[in-house]
Amino acid sequence: MELSGSQMVIEALRKENVSVVFGYPGGAIMNVYDEVYKQNYFKHILTRHEQAALHAADGYARATGEVGVAFVTSGPGFTNAVTGLATAYMDSIPMVVISGQVPISMIGTDAFQEIDAVGISRPCVKHNYLVKDVKDLPRILKEAFYIARSGRPGPVHVDIPKDVTAQIGHFAYPSEIKMQTYKPTYKGNPRQIKKAIEAIVAAKRPVLYIGGGAINSNASAEVREFAKICGIPAVETLMARGVMGDENPLLLGMLGMHGCYSANMAMSEADLMIAFGPRFDDRVTGKLSEFAKHAKIIHVDIDPSSIGKIVPIDYPIVGDLKNVVEAMIPLAKEHVDADKYKPWRDLLKRYNEIHPLKYEDSNEVLKPQWAIERVGQLLGDKAIICTDVGQHQMWAAQFYPFSYPRQWLSSGGLGTMGYGLPAAIGAKVAIPSKTVINFTGDGSILMNIQELMTAVENKVAVVNIILNNQFLGMVRQWQTFFYNKRYSSTDLSVQPDFVKLVESFGGRGFRVKTKDEFDKALKEAIESNTVCMIDVQVDRFENVLPMVPAGGTLYNMMLEYKE
Amino acid sequence: MRRVLSVIVLNEDGVLSRISGLFAGRGYNIDSLTVAPIPKTNLSRLTIVTSGSTPVLEQIVKQLHKLIPTYKVIESGQFVEKEMALVKIPLSEDFNGLDAMLKAYNGTIASSGEDFIVVMVADDYDRIDNFLKAVKKYNPTDIVRSGSVAMDI
Repeated sequence: MELSGSQMVIEALRKENVSVVFGYPGGAIMNVYDEVYKQNYFKHILTRHEQAALHAADGYARATGEVGVAFVTSGPGFTNAVTGLATAYMDSIPMVVISGQVPISMIGTDAFQEIDAVGISRPCVKHNYLVKDVKDLPRILKEAFYIARSGRPGPVHVDIPKDVTAQIGHFAYPSEIKMQTYKPTYKGNPRQIKKAIEAIVAAKRPVLYIGGGAINSNASAEVREFAKICGIPAVETLMARGVMGDENPLLLGMLGMHGCYSANMAMSEADLMIAFGPRFDDRVTGKLSEFAKHAKIIHVDIDPSSIGKIVPIDYPIVGDLKNVVEAMIPLAKEHVDADKYKPWRDLLKRYNEIHPLKYEDSNEVLKPQWAIERVGQLLGDKAIICTDVGQHQMWAAQFYPFSYPRQWLSSGGLGTMGYGLPAAIGAKVAIPSKTVINFTGDGSILMNIQELMTAVENKVAVVNIILNNQFLGMVRQWQTFFYNKRYSSTDLSVQPDFVKLVESFGGRGFRVKTKDEFDKALKEAIESNTVCMIDVQVDRFENVLPMVPAGGTLYNMMLEYKE
Repeated sequence: MRRVLSVIVLNEDGVLSRISGLFAGRGYNIDSLTVAPIPKTNLSRLTIVTSGSTPVLEQIVKQLHKLIPTYKVIESGQFVEKEMALVKIPLSEDFNGLDAMLKAYNGTIASSGEDFIVVMVADDYDRIDNFLKAVKKYNPTDIVRSGSVAMDI
């Protein structure tokens, strides 16, 4: 079949069963957009900024596990998209981003809207391509999708010069991938798996340390089963919220800088850590020399470079987590005695009773934690929860009752403010039957506020809940604790009228100051089935607790802060 | 710790920049880097001399493996490692003993001009170091080192 480069892009997306593309057109990608206009294979959603197009594709990917797709043009279109690539790269999210480039003859001449896109994207993608000949395009697109979704997932960037999108070539989309170099390891080494089980049998205080890899490999059911068979208490990273389900008696909660006391103490007192797909982020480990210093460590990860990168590992297992845990389950059934760990479970339960996650509620001023708990009570598993980045993100991770994987979408590794609204749009487009809530801050929401227009235009009924403390709250908290209250550039009390603002876009706005007003607004927002923003005026000086100061030790948490 | 790595990669656009970008982005050292295509294949061989602690070297190898165009990273075992140096010496110098020195370091005179000669030596990395110290007495005006090439045996 003879097709132009642009037609090849459309056909490749059809072959990959892509149902929605987020993007923003411009000069260098107009040939592709002309074909977008003619086709009816997939829906194209025009965002109002390229960064948001990528976050929306990212939200779509996180909610579904499928590859998110975005189109951007050259030059500033692409440079705007870089934050979206970096966000997806840090959290291992499968995405394919196709950018336009100036014609090949003009590359290197500082042409209008020319930028070295592959040079810029290289450090923040799993792989990238500059397509120099249309005959390579079908193979490259096939490889891009394959690389994005296989092994440790990640974003792949394909930069296509304008003349290549116009060139005619033979389109034969490869049915399978034969790459000479890229061969991820999916099966764990049986000998290592056996050794890991032996280590579990020998342990007295084992803990499951669950990371985002459990979600990426769709291993949640296997991880839950394994935990249950072994009777091993579990902790989740920010990225793994929802894997165990908050009702699960074995789940202690989130660990790390704002993790709960029992989770951090479990890590500190364990004699064996079974790490299922985490990457030992510094926000989790705290001071490395004190991190889990009594524990032998089993680490299962599909990415060999993640193993041993931060801490030495006693039992490395390279492989897809789902496969590895499936292989561990029969051995665990045969050899592990769950009763043996009862004293350990009882101790951790006691820790949880002594120091549960808590906050001081008030009837005078709304507490952000209360608002999150309230949404959880009212919506529970009916909602997908997106967040921006900051205090509200940590409170949502702490206080929302997550019950399944892919219910929680948040920028973990890069910590991207402005992620929440476009990601919520992506998630709602992917799963329209769910209520999609975006918990955001008064700082974060302004970073991609223009996407209200995208949501309104496409009738994507996301509910944005601004936990408005008129501060850049997390930075303010650090300034309170560690900078003697010198609130340098964190006071955001000069604000737009968020209610009028969302209404000017064509959505609905609510401002609430009391619990009754909150309940009423939330109910109306959900029932209205339109784009909503609830501006919740919360306690300005509420802090996220507990807290491990950066570089501190997990077993020495700040449990409260008194003036 | 100094370490020689032989990295086999697909011979494609931008692959060198992927490798050098990996080192730059993660703060690893490159002491020397040589690249050339492997005859009758679509592959290239990079010889990278790097240094770092054992965990850092382990991570360098893993990160190199992780790059999509990487076919193989040869990091252990025995290497024959050679490096080349070109040295420009003014003709005004007294060349007494130079011949013997060149013979000792697998050297030769590679070129000459109206007022200089260029000598070339090919030898082990540390012997090149020694040669360059010894050749100082001829007051060289220019020195170029190639970086190591290595073959696993």
